[in-house]
Amino acid sequence: MSRGTPTSRRRVVITGIGWVTPLGHEIEAVWKGLLAGESGVGPTRGFDASTYPTSFSAQVKEDYDFRAFVGEAPVHDQVGSNTAFALGAAAQAWRSAGLEDFDDLDRKRLGIYLGSGEGSLDFENYVASNLDGWDEQRHVVDGARWAAAALQRMDATREVEQEPNMPLTHLAMQFGARGPAYNCLTACAASTQAIGEATEILRRGDADVMITGGAHTMIHPFGVTGFNRLTALSTRNDEPQAASRPFSADRAGFVLGEGAGMLIIETLDHAQRRGAPVLGEIVGYGSSADAFRITDMAPNGRGPIDAIRSALTDAACEPSVIDYISAHGTGTHENDSIETKAIKEVFGENAATIPISSIKSMMGHLIAAAGAVEAIVCVLALRDQKVPPTINLENPDPACDLDYIPNRSREAKVDVAMSNSFGFGGQNDTLIITKAP
Amino acid sequence: MSRRVVISGLGPISGLGIGIEQTWDAAIAGRSAVDVISAFDASGFACRVAAEVGDFKVNQFVPKSYRKATKVMARDIALAVAAADRAVRDAKLATSGTATEDEPRSYDGPRMGCHIGAGLIAADLDELTGALATSRNGDGGAFDMQHWGREGMKNLYPLWLLKYLPNMLACHVTIIHDTQGPSNTITCGDTSATLSIGESLRVIQRGDADVCFCGGVDSKVNPMAFLRQWLAKRLTSQGNDAPGASVRPFSRTASGTALGEGGGILVLEAFETFQHRAAQCDGLEPYAELIGFGASQTLHPESRNLLPDPDGEGIALAIEAALRDAGIEPAQVDLIIPFGMALPQCDQAEVNALRTLFGAHLSDVPLAPVKSIAGNCCAGAGALDACIAAAALKEQCVPAVVNCDDPIEGVMAASAPARPAKIDYALLVGTGMGGQNAALVLKRFIDEAS
Repeated sequence: MSRGTPTSRRRVVITGIGWVTPLGHEIEAVWKGLLAGESGVGPTRGFDASTYPTSFSAQVKEDYDFRAFVGEAPVHDQVGSNTAFALGAAAQAWRSAGLEDFDDLDRKRLGIYLGSGEGSLDFENYVASNLDGWDEQRHVVDGARWAAAALQRMDATREVEQEPNMPLTHLAMQFGARGPAYNCLTACAASTQAIGEATEILRRGDADVMITGGAHTMIHPFGVTGFNRLTALSTRNDEPQAASRPFSADRAGFVLGEGAGMLIIETLDHAQRRGAPVLGEIVGYGSSADAFRITDMAPNGRGPIDAIRSALTDAACEPSVIDYISAHGTGTHENDSIETKAIKEVFGENAATIPISSIKSMMGHLIAAAGAVEAIVCVLALRDQKVPPTINLENPDPACDLDYIPNRSREAKVDVAMSNSFGFGGQNDTLIITKAP
Repeated sequence: MSRRVVISGLGPISGLGIGIEQTWDAAIAGRSAVDVISAFDASGFACRVAAEVGDFKVNQFVPKSYRKATKVMARDIALAVAAADRAVRDAKLATSGTATEDEPRSYDGPRMGCHIGAGLIAADLDELTGALATSRNGDGGAFDMQHWGREGMKNLYPLWLLKYLPNMLACHVTIIHDTQGPSNTITCGDTSATLSIGESLRVIQRGDADVCFCGGVDSKVNPMAFLRQWLAKRLTSQGNDAPGASVRPFSRTASGTALGEGGGILVLEAFETFQHRAAQCDGLEPYAELIGFGASQTLHPESRNLLPDPDGEGIALAIEAALRDAGIEPAQVDLIIPFGMALPQCDQAEVNALRTLFGAHLSDVPLAPVKSIAGNCCAGAGALDACIAAAALKEQCVPAVVNCDDPIEGVMAASAPARPAKIDYALLVGTGMGGQNAALVLKRFIDEAS
């Protein structure tokens, strides 16, 4: 079943990009860092993680302040980190799309589709309220005591700001967007899925322009606790910058990152009418579910295979035209071998000739925001004909025997790029992006 | 030309009941499920009422082989799994969750999709605090993060995090029913379920799946989630003595909402593949056709988008888009299932939005809010509303309206018993905290073959 012939649906192009990442918060500087193989990983600063099984992470730089991008606005006071990252990334994208100086945008035709995570818990007050309410004898939280403590300690705005739709809400207020508005949260696939669904909204003609991408941090006490209990994180505490090792034989879990990636996408017609800079075209989107287990990917890779094939079908292109793959490449044992298997299954003999990289080796895993940042990497690879490396790849895993662009970036002919995201819980999403038409 | 989509199965779950029979019975009887909270001791709050699902065993809704996995389900997840089971059985679908090993499945996994709205799932306080308490300094002292990192966190079982990820509702549902097509989890507060139904509609229309499970489920009847709703000033404190009368949408005496648990899962199906199935299955008939969907965003910086703009301009944009998508005029709408959460500013904005589009005709169209009897199921609300709307079209009956003796001006929202009516088109309105709006248009299913 095809999704409408290319003539019956509108073409969708990327006209703006912006990001806030552990390597910085400016497009060109971060891109330069990625091409140089820099790592954004270091000791966790946000809280005292010194005794955690994992004491490091890839955090947004300390000098990041969203007000530098959107100015002082009381409406954004007390936002969570996810929203703070979203605002800076979206403001960059908005500017690069030339929308700052474009007065004729119909705000009813401006939509937003994000894949953002929840805001950070008010940890100190939350824990203190819980402990105030704890009844050691009965081993339960006493409801009345807890409520008294919590009502006194917790702040209404900080609590509301933890809702996962808050980055969306704040972007809507910042940019005056009144069109279709969504936030999805499919774990590590969320922002890829958001870009894909935003594309579908434009293809149908339900909006002219969409702000899309994602923002997330799970670098907070319970986020790290949760992943440490799952033993999903690398614990290489003595060498943090060597900890994220996608496709390496000695990979041992992922590294948490944080940040946001935002894109302005619009119908080709609309972009041409307003003379917008066109950075790339989204030609394919595929989505699937593993439907296997809550903790594991299907070992035969059927979920990723379906997502990749579905994106290729959507783009009406042969696998052989793909010039670069931005891998999900988390650095967990399971993901990297299954992703490799899926790529081999879909691309056959060609698989070994396609340059593939995981920027998670440098900036860690931005969870819900990862896909958007990686889609932007594809846009820049198309623009500069350069592909970023997978660092820390000195000991290739025999089960991962493709060209992962080990350790050094290189020049490459890139006309068509693919970005994969596979979420914990089994949602798989793939995008295909080409050079500007 | 996009494909026709029908609603072929309903799986509501709320204080009104589990499954459409119980739910519809309560809706036509106007029987409120709002009562004194039993799930936790709410005596410390000025609002102490909610509509709870009550005791239910998720094991009764999953295949035997899946019972072990129910241990890692937060209540939101368990309710969603139960709702999906009811919906799938109601649609008479044979899936890996309902069929025997050798029975043929109604659809191949990759042709099935799943879009479920979810809330921010709160951690179980007793479980988490029991672990946190092991990392206190001395006897009852302050929390010690270094002890927690070294020792305390080990008191949480390894899969703890997985109980609370919002996408785990869809994750479990897709595994149980072997749903391998497009799957998403929409987290837009109270609008989540309505947006999810809209996304399933689009996925089927464009041909990416033939059948989708959609809707949403939420459970905020726990201390932390309840606190957040209270702090957001949404809950009524005037209903503790008469809980059943506490949620009064569109009434001049409305004073806030009560929380409800649940929501529901619906089965949407491409009409062409449904027909194929119906030819081999006696008595299979859709509840309704889903013909319109629209979405929009409210801008009301004065409330940081926690409330609609007073004129309801944002809400009106979604309704207008849904009607346009359906290709019908407001005058053709016979029934409105409004958001109607019984927060005065919110109700008035919704009425203003409707009036913008319907004009004076608005007072001729019955409004039948569901929250008056089921509370606000938040991320699940739109799904419960959609189940009621679909059943109303099938039964040709306007559900009972309660708790509104003195409606605000210009709307037909006064208390009234259920009554038979000719209903060709029903409109459903969704909005919520954050300002995302969505609307659906459902059409009475008429079998052109007969």
